[in-house]
Amino acid sequence: MSEISINPGTLPAGPDIKPKLSRDDILMRGSMIVIALYLVATLVLPLYTMLSKSFSTYRMELSQYEFQVSDDAGQFDGTILSGDALNEQIGAFSGTELSTGSDGRLSVTELFPDFSFRSPVMYQIRNTSDTGRFLVGSTLQDDTDWVMLDSNEFRRVQLRPVQSRGLDNFVNYFSTPALFNSIKNSLWISVLSTIVTVTLAFWFAYALNRSCMRFKGVFRLIAMAPILVPSLLPGIALVYLFGNQGMIKELLFGASIYGPIGIVIGSVFFTFPHAFLIISTALAISDARLYEAAASLRSTPWRTFWTVTIPGARYGLISAAFVVFNLVITDFGLPKVIGGQFNVLAVDIYKQVIGQQNFEMGAVVSVVLVIPAILAFAIDRMVQSKQVALLSARSVPYQPTPNRKADRIFLAYCCLIGLFIVGLLAVCQFAALIKFWPYDLSLSLKNYDFNKMDGGGWGSYINSIKLALLTAVIGTSVVFFGAYLVEKSNGFRTGRSIFQMFAMLPMAIPGMVLGLSYIFFFNSPSNPLNGIYGTMAILVICTVTHFYTVSHLTAVTALKQMDREFESVSSSLKQPTMKLFARVTVPVCLPAVLDISIYLFVNAMTTVSAVVFLYSPKTTLASIAVLNMDDAGDIAPAAAMGMMIFYTNAAARIIHLIASKGILKRTQAWRGR
Amino acid sequence: MLQKTPPGELYLSIQNLWKAFGSFLALKDISLEINEGEFICFLGPSGCGKTTLLRAIAGLDLQTKGTVMQDGKDVSNLPPSQRDFGIVFQSYALFPNLTIEKNIAFGLENTGRSKSDIAVRVNELLQLVGLPDQGKKYPAQLSGGQQQRIALARAIATNPGLLLLDEPLSALDAKVRVHLRHEIKELQRKLGVTTVMVTHDQEEALAMADRIVVMNHGVIEQVGSPTEIYREPANLFVADFIGEMNQIQSQVTKGGRLSVGEKTFACLSHKFNDGMPAIAAIRPEDIIPHEAGYLDTGGNRNCIDVTLDEMEFLGSFWRCRLSNERFGSSELIADFSINAVRRLELEEGRTMVIELPENRLMAFDVPETAA
Repeated sequence: MSEISINPGTLPAGPDIKPKLSRDDILMRGSMIVIALYLVATLVLPLYTMLSKSFSTYRMELSQYEFQVSDDAGQFDGTILSGDALNEQIGAFSGTELSTGSDGRLSVTELFPDFSFRSPVMYQIRNTSDTGRFLVGSTLQDDTDWVMLDSNEFRRVQLRPVQSRGLDNFVNYFSTPALFNSIKNSLWISVLSTIVTVTLAFWFAYALNRSCMRFKGVFRLIAMAPILVPSLLPGIALVYLFGNQGMIKELLFGASIYGPIGIVIGSVFFTFPHAFLIISTALAISDARLYEAAASLRSTPWRTFWTVTIPGARYGLISAAFVVFNLVITDFGLPKVIGGQFNVLAVDIYKQVIGQQNFEMGAVVSVVLVIPAILAFAIDRMVQSKQVALLSARSVPYQPTPNRKADRIFLAYCCLIGLFIVGLLAVCQFAALIKFWPYDLSLSLKNYDFNKMDGGGWGSYINSIKLALLTAVIGTSVVFFGAYLVEKSNGFRTGRSIFQMFAMLPMAIPGMVLGLSYIFFFNSPSNPLNGIYGTMAILVICTVTHFYTVSHLTAVTALKQMDREFESVSSSLKQPTMKLFARVTVPVCLPAVLDISIYLFVNAMTTVSAVVFLYSPKTTLASIAVLNMDDAGDIAPAAAMGMMIFYTNAAARIIHLIASKGILKRTQAWRGR
Repeated sequence: MLQKTPPGELYLSIQNLWKAFGSFLALKDISLEINEGEFICFLGPSGCGKTTLLRAIAGLDLQTKGTVMQDGKDVSNLPPSQRDFGIVFQSYALFPNLTIEKNIAFGLENTGRSKSDIAVRVNELLQLVGLPDQGKKYPAQLSGGQQQRIALARAIATNPGLLLLDEPLSALDAKVRVHLRHEIKELQRKLGVTTVMVTHDQEEALAMADRIVVMNHGVIEQVGSPTEIYREPANLFVADFIGEMNQIQSQVTKGGRLSVGEKTFACLSHKFNDGMPAIAAIRPEDIIPHEAGYLDTGGNRNCIDVTLDEMEFLGSFWRCRLSNERFGSSELIADFSINAVRRLELEEGRTMVIELPENRLMAFDVPETAA
C-alpha cells in the first residue's frame, strides 16, 4: 500500500495549467475565426446597419442656415435672415416636407419667392452650426463661413438634412394605418395558412406512414415538388385558375383570388413539403409496442390516436407549425403576385424601398417583421431541443396493417392533395405553352422567347444556374468546414458557442430583411467591400448566408454521428487534423455533404426575397425574372420561366440522386458487411 | 524517440493533479508513480474520475492543476500530438472508410517511412494481433473483438512509450472479453510497453494488472498489487468494491477484539481504540463451516452458532445465507465448497457453527453515511 492520498479539500490556489496549443489547434481556431468573421461581415454587421438605419431620422433644419441678400447693385446691408424665419414668413415648406431620407435635398431658392437666376442680386449663405451642411453644385459646405454667390450659382444650392437618432420612424410607422395594418394582415394569413397546411400535411403524412395504401412513393415525390419552384409560381397558377379571366373562377362565387384567399392557397402549396417532411419524420419514429399495449388494453382506435399517435408526433407538429408560420410571414414572392391590394409586411418592405425609395421606412418594417420571425424561430428551437430521443434502441418499428376501407379513404385523400399540387404546376406549364389566354389557345413556344421580355431574358436563367452552382460549391465548403471546426475543435468553448449562435441566426432573419440590410451595409461608399455591390459575388454571399442555418444543422447532425474519438486517435498518432478531415471525415459524411449542396442549389434557384434588392442589370436572375415579367403583365412568360426553374431543379435532383448513388457506391463500400 | 529509462524505473509521475469541471472536482490532489513496463489499471465505479485521469495523462482533457512527468519530461501542458502515447477507446474509433491496413498505417504515414516499410510494419502488426489475412477488409466486416485488436495494432504501430486503454473490453461479449484480456496482457508483456488501462470491471483489473489504482469520488483509495488489494483492502470502500465482503456493526473492546452482541472475536491488528465502533468484515470464502456443536468441543472463541437460511447453488460452490440474532437484521454470506456441504450435510433450515478466522477478520471505519 503506497501513495494513498485522501484529501478531498478544495482546489489549491495558484494558476491553472495553461494548455500549450498545437499547430492543429491554432489552425482550427484561426479558420473558425475566419468563418465567424465571414458571418459577422455578411450577417451581423448588415443587420446592425439596418437596425441603426431604422432609428435614423433625417430632417431639414432650416434654423441652422443664415442668409444675406444684396440689393440689385450687389451691396449687402448687413441684414441676416434665418432660414427658419424665412420659411415661417413664406410657408414654403410644411413640416412633413422637411422630414426626409438620408439622400434628401432641398432647393434653397424656394425660400426666396422673388428669386430669379438672371437677377444681379447676390446672396450669402452660411451654416450656423457645425452640423449644418449644404451643397453648392456638388461641393459640400460644412463650415460656418459665409459663402457669397450670384443668383445663378445660388440656384444650385441644396440644403442637406441632419441625421438624428430616435423612434420617429417607428412613431411615423404606427401612425400610418396603411402601414401598420399589414402587421394584422400578415399575422392572420400566416396563422390561417399554418393551420390549413399542418392539418393537410398531417393526414397526408399519416396516410403515407400509417396506412397500407398504394403508390406511397409517387405521393412522396409529388409532396416534395413545390420545393423546386419559387413561392410565387402557385400565385401565377392561381391567377390562371381564378383570376379575372380564370378558367374556373366561378368556383370562388364572386370572391376575388387577389388577396388573402390567393395568398393562403398559394402558401399552403409552397409550405406543404416543409410541413410534410417534419411531420412525416415524427410519425416515422413510432414504437409499435405502444400500439400493442394500447390494443391489449382494448383502447378504441380513436383513443389510441389521441393518447399514442398525437403525443408521439406533437413535437413534429409544433415544429412544423412554426416553420410554416415563419415561411408564410416572411414570404415576399407570393403576396407580391397575388396579394392585390392586401398589404403584408414583406411586400411593404419592397414597396417602401423599391417603390418609394424610403429606405428608413423599409428598415422599420423589416424590424417589425423580424420580431415574429425570431419569436417563431426561438420557440421552434426550444421545442426541438425538448424532443429527446423518443425511440430507444429496443423500440420496434410500427408496421401498419391493411384495412381496405381506411386505405381507400387515405388513397382518395392523397389523390386530392396530389391533384392540388400537380394541378397548379400543370396549369403553369399549360399557360406557358398557350399563345394568348384565353383568346388564342393554340400551342406555341413564343412565351419561352424570354429575350423579348422584361427581366433579363435567357441571360437571367444562365445567371441563376451560375448562382446556384457557385452557392452549392462555396456554401457547402464553408458550411461543412465551419461545422467541423465548431464540432470537433478542442477547448475554446466561448468561441465555439458564439460561432454556433451566428450559425443559427440566418434562419431567424427573413430574406427581405437580409437583402435590405445588404443594401445599407455594402452600398455604403465607406465600406471597403463596396466593390462587390451589384456583382454575382454579393448574390452568392447573400444566398449562402440566407440558407446557412439548415445546411449547418445538417452538417452538425452528420458530424455528431462520427466517433468523438477520431480526433483523439489522430492526434495521438501525431497526424495533422486536416489529414483526418480529408481522409475520413469528408468521405464518411459525403451523403450529408451532397444533401447540403443540393439544398443550396435548389434554394438558390428559387429564392426571390433576399436577392430582389441586390441584382444588377448584369446579374438578373430567373426567379426575379418571373417576378418582373409578372409585374409587367407578361404572365405567360413568367409561368414559362417558373417552369424552367422547376425542370432545372428536378433535373438537378435527379443528377444529384444518380451522382450520390454512384459516388456512394464507390466511396462507401465500407458501409456494407 | 527519447532515451528510455531502464526497466522498472520511474516512467510516469503524476503530482498533485486536480481537475475541476465548473465547481465539481473530478480529481482531487491525485499523486501516482508508474514504473517502466508496468501494467496499471485504474479501477472504480463510474464517475470516480478514472477516465478523467487517463485523459489528463493523454493531454486530451487537460488537468486544472498539477504536473504530469513522462520519461523525465514535463508534459503537463502539452497537446496530445506532442506527447508519446498510443490509445485504444471503448468504441475502437476505427476509421470506417479505411481498410484495416490503412487504419493501422494511418500513424505510420508522414514519419519518413517508405511505402514498403509501412507495408512490412503493417503486416508485422497484423501477425502480432493474430489477424494476418484481414488487411484488405473494412472495420465493419470484422467482429467486435477483431476490431478491438486492430485498434490495438494501430495504437502500438509507432512504438509509443505509453499505451492507454480506455475501457477497451467493455463493448464485447463476456467470452470474447475473457479471451481478449488474456491476449492484451500477453502482448503487453511481449512488448514491455508501460500500459494504463481504465476499467470498471474488477475481475478484469485483478486478472490483468501488475498494480491496481482503486479510485472513488476523484481520489485514490488504494494502490497495490491485485492480491494486496483483495487480501488487504485499505478501507471499507475498497473491500466492498472488490469482491464480496460481509459487514457487521461491531464495537472494539479490550485487547482490540471486536464485539458483536456479547460475543467477541479476535481479528487482524487495526488502528481503533477500545470502545470505538467499527465494521467487522470478512469475505464469504474465508468463513469456515463446522458441524453444529463444534463450539463446545474445540472451545474456539472465533466460532459462532448460525442458522442456515438459504442455499444457492452456483456451480463450483454453494452460496449460503446465515443468520444469528446477534448480527441484527444483516445476514452473513458464506461460500462453502461442495465438498464441505456434502461432508457436513448442510441444508436449508439447519443450525451450524461457523468460524471467522482471526487472520481474515478485518476492522474498518464505520462509513459516515451508514445509519
